Amino acid sequence: MSFSVTEPSHGQKWFAGILVVGYALITLLPLLWIVATGFKSGPDSIAYPPKIAFEPTVEGYVNLFTTQTRLSNEAKAEPVDDLPWYEQLVRERGNTIVGTSRYSERFFNSIIIGFGSTFFAIVLGTAAAYAFSRFKVPLKDDLLFFILSTRMMPPIAVAIPIFLMFRNLGLSDTHAGMILLYTAVNLSLSVWLINGFIDEIPIEYEEAALIDGYTRFQAFYKVVLPQAATGIASTAIFCLIFAWNEYAFAVLLTSGTAQTAPPFIPTIIGVGGQDWPAVAAGATIFLVPVMVFTILLRKHLLRGITFGAVRK
Amino acid sequence: MAEIVLENVTKRFGDEVALDNVSLTIPDGSFVVLLGPTGAGKTTTLRMISGLDEPDSGDVFIDGHSILGQTPAQRNVAMVFQQYSLYPHLTVRQNLEFPLKSPLLQTPQAEINEKVKAVSEVLQIAHKLDNKATALSGGEMQRVSIGRALVRSPNIYLMDEPLSSLDAKLRADLRIELKRIQANSGQTLLYVTHDQIEAMTMATHIGVLDNGKLVQFGSPREVYENPVSIYSASRLGQPRINILPADLFEGDCPKHAKSIGLRPEQINQGKGEDAYVTRVEHLGDQTRLHLKFKEHDLITVTDAHTPLQYGEVVKIQPKEPFFFDEDGARIV
Ligand SMILES: Nc1ncnc2c1ncn2[C@@H]1O[C@H](COP(=O)(O)OP(=O)(O)OP(=O)(O)O)[C@@H](O)[C@H]1O
Ligand SMILES: [Mg+2]
Repeated sequence: MSFSVTEPSHGQKWFAGILVVGYALITLLPLLWIVATGFKSGPDSIAYPPKIAFEPTVEGYVNLFTTQTRLSNEAKAEPVDDLPWYEQLVRERGNTIVGTSRYSERFFNSIIIGFGSTFFAIVLGTAAAYAFSRFKVPLKDDLLFFILSTRMMPPIAVAIPIFLMFRNLGLSDTHAGMILLYTAVNLSLSVWLINGFIDEIPIEYEEAALIDGYTRFQAFYKVVLPQAATGIASTAIFCLIFAWNEYAFAVLLTSGTAQTAPPFIPTIIGVGGQDWPAVAAGATIFLVPVMVFTILLRKHLLRGITFGAVRK
Repeated sequence: MAEIVLENVTKRFGDEVALDNVSLTIPDGSFVVLLGPTGAGKTTTLRMISGLDEPDSGDVFIDGHSILGQTPAQRNVAMVFQQYSLYPHLTVRQNLEFPLKSPLLQTPQAEINEKVKAVSEVLQIAHKLDNKATALSGGEMQRVSIGRALVRSPNIYLMDEPLSSLDAKLRADLRIELKRIQANSGQTLLYVTHDQIEAMTMATHIGVLDNGKLVQFGSPREVYENPVSIYSASRLGQPRINILPADLFEGDCPKHAKSIGLRPEQINQGKGEDAYVTRVEHLGDQTRLHLKFKEHDLITVTDAHTPLQYGEVVKIQPKEPFFFDEDGARIV
């Protein structure tokens, strides 16, 4: 067996492996629990001791997307054929579907607001970070500190002024308002993170591109951006996760048109019974976009920092 | 292909004066070498011409037109950076194509392929064209960096120590190639080097920079045979010129002379006063003789197969030496 300074030994690899698996178990178990609950029947979901093996059903998902009402006894007696499978499923519990629920609307609100605010936070953050990193900005350090300081208190500390401001500006319960708010909150993070990444890229590359006949913007676009892609991608993930999961402002500022999924999901639990499978189904679907986004950007995250071809 | 003129160019970085009132004319089609120790302002001079920095005062002209305020792209100059600066996210080929694909040139692909091929063959990197720019040795990166300039036909090539990381053979090859390309194309080239052979063999003109000032400008022979100061004289010559007190040797010495400067060929061996051999260095094609003369050390060159040994006596005598005054300026 060859010895190498940089290659970890067999034992070290095992140790690292066990750590990673252990951490994965701790973080994945609650997730598995939610996913499993989504496929349980109502009684199974609250059974004690919890059922590990259960008969899977999509009842929770059907409940999530529909509004139902109890069937009258006459209607129950009426024999009906050719019912779609989901109607049959609810009928077994003596209910009938009367319409679609608001979940998909809320979910799309989350998509628009989450991705929209991430987009703006990244575009504006990259522009600001580039300027801070490359131009002589007066009071640069103070400005950067000021931008960071907006993050020093929990955002919810300014909830009441923002609530009043939004009401007066007519931004309450609008998509634009929520995108604006989440962009503002994420901007400090994106400016700081991306500024760090751009600072790492030697200015010589842009100078070379300027000499090679490109304008400053083209140099930025063709030379800086590809090298900052890794950093920008990870920053985008952070921004999206914040905007996606944000609950407090969403509860406070949205109620209808622009309500996102987080404040909506708890309301699924229903008035009569406690429909845990439907809540779990809502949460499961809610997880998917962030997961997909992260997986799509994974290549950039793993690629790490490119070592430059600059002689130090 | 153009004439470049710097007129009273001064550049400061904070309190540091990087260029101090430099005036320099780079004639069309010339090969100008800038000499000077580290920090003398060589890179800064190139950056003034390329437009990466603007002078604090003074003016820069290309073919008689002031180019102050123009972007580097508008000036149409090509530059080989001291730090290579290859685009790390691109392959070698893409790096070489990059300037040709710029909005400035917008070369058709067929022509691009042709130029990239030709340049990569001259620079002996054709087999690495599809490597990532980061997957190269230092010398290979340096050649790609030269190639990125050579694919163009700019107003002027600016090259900042372009051969510094190459091995001796490659350096000799490329020295000849670069000179050939420049001579054939009639391009103007401003070249920074610390290498005396490069300076002597390639240059049509040599500029000597001392602490931001241009102290001498002339042909290589002029700078070598007729240096204006100790500083200028020390830039060229291997081994370096010996600087000794002016009155050390017998014979007359001009008034106000403080030091005498002796290159190896200005030391006659076999006549004159006694010096003791302290060291003999056989370099193959020549032999360096370290001598002790009246408590002063000096170095000269002698026959490659010299039988001289440590402790032996050699008679030496100055021959048409340089004399310098107190400030190091040349008197005779
Ligand atoms: N961007 C900068 N900021 C501050 N000082 C600078 C800057 N660029 C150059 N200088 C200073 O200007 C002087 C000249 O620098 P320059 O890079 O032109 O030297 P050089 O002759 O190219 O040296 P070398 O042979 O080491 O490359 C140096 O004293 C250097 O410290
Ligand atoms: Mg330099």
